[in-house]
Amino acid sequence: MTEPTEKQPLLAGIELHKTYGSTPALDGATLRIWAGEIVAVMGASGSGKSTLLHCLAGIVRPDAGEVRYRDRELSAMSDAERSALRRGEFGFVFQFGQLVPELTCLENVALPLRLDRVRRREAERRAAEWLTRLEVDDVAGQRPGEISGGQGQRVAVARALVTAPRVVFADEPTGALDSLNGEQVMRLLTEAARQAGAAVVLVTHEPRVAAYADREIVVRDGRTRETVLAPR
Amino acid sequence: MSIGQTFLGLLEATPRHGYELKRLYDERFGQGRPLHYGQVYSTLARLLKSGLVEVDGVEPGAGPERKRYAITTAGVTDVQRWLAQPEKPDIYLQNTLYAKVVLGLLTGRNAADILDIQRAEHLRLMRELTRRKADGDLADQLICDFALFHLEADLRWLELTTARLDHLAATLHDEAAPTPPTSPAPPTSPAPTDGRPPQHVPTQFSSQETT
Ligand SMILES: Nc1ncnc2c1ncn2[C@@H]1O[C@H](COP(=O)(O)OP(=O)(O)O)[C@@H](O)[C@H]1O
Ligand SMILES: [Mg+2]
Repeated sequence: MTEPTEKQPLLAGIELHKTYGSTPALDGATLRIWAGEIVAVMGASGSGKSTLLHCLAGIVRPDAGEVRYRDRELSAMSDAERSALRRGEFGFVFQFGQLVPELTCLENVALPLRLDRVRRREAERRAAEWLTRLEVDDVAGQRPGEISGGQGQRVAVARALVTAPRVVFADEPTGALDSLNGEQVMRLLTEAARQAGAAVVLVTHEPRVAAYADREIVVRDGRTRETVLAPR
Repeated sequence: MSIGQTFLGLLEATPRHGYELKRLYDERFGQGRPLHYGQVYSTLARLLKSGLVEVDGVEPGAGPERKRYAITTAGVTDVQRWLAQPEKPDIYLQNTLYAKVVLGLLTGRNAADILDIQRAEHLRLMRELTRRKADGDLADQLICDFALFHLEADLRWLELTTARLDHLAATLHDEAAPTPPTSPAPPTSPAPTDGRPPQHVPTQFSSQETT
């Protein structure tokens, strides 16, 4: 059964299992992400959402099952190849603590480009563009400790998107924000990702946040549950 | 909420008399507003006419209360369709959803699927409202947000109920035994302490909705 390339998912986790000590975090989770789509991963606290995201992003190695990015199996790659993949193709937004406190917001956003050996002037020019798109250009010169939580998350989104990733992994990106700031972050994150054609794996337990996605996957006790379609 | 389909669901396990249906309905789904006998018998007459129930036995004497009703194959199909179909999300859904879950459990169906189908339908509407919000002005945003917050509350209830299904099933199992058909309309048994329908929304809520 060979499908044309564009019909292949961009990223797939198949029958993933992961146990921490005696705690099963994933128990046969399967998830396919297509290029450019925004998928919400929902489920109760402790259901395995973050573990699933970490496996898909190559941060955690599953005990069993496979993760495929395009035609490549992540577990077949070397550590160096996996980190190159993460740096080049993936972007990350977490709930907190992701900006380097010693750097300004502009330098934080430019950092992934600098690690890819983009020259400083060019990196900062592109970083400034992203800060403008995320409507936080006014905090470019400030450090993370000097800005609000909502501004910090928008800077983090800018940093995740500055390398033009194919997939953005966002784990409870609005988890520490009030409703209004959460709305702004979600609107800007999804608008920017859609314009850039990046897929988004959005982990959240909040339905209003999940409603920004194109579809949802529910994780329950480490297993994914596809949406049950009603008879029409 | 559909009284007809609720009756069908209650008849699926076993044939029952009209007064039994009324009692079970009032206890489980009535929320302090018992059905009138007129409603009970007009509903049963309609179900009979459309072939969803049949008369299973008639005791000596006269009057509709002598008849015992049984569900037909068409009736089972009708219940199945109703349970599998999501409700149009709105804020007065609680009775219907609660009834669907209880009847799903009573009839041995997968109640988690009923809740999942509804969750998907709620999220579909929430996505639509979120898109409308993105294209709208501030007034549109506020109106959509009002609906979104209420739908989110429904979803939380769905999630919590999913987590409590086993418990609810156990509670219902204890009460599921049908009353003997010969007994007269018995006094109402005490309301169950668990698995009770959620409280009514405050009246203030409904006045906001109709303006
Ligand atoms: N690094 C870890 N060490 C031990 N247990 C973990 C670790 N990460 C997750 N777990 C456990 O695995 C389960 C799933 O966790 P997680 O994926 O974080 O769930 P979620 O993100 O849905 O809250 C939980 O029981 C959690 O305690
Ligand atoms: Mg988590």
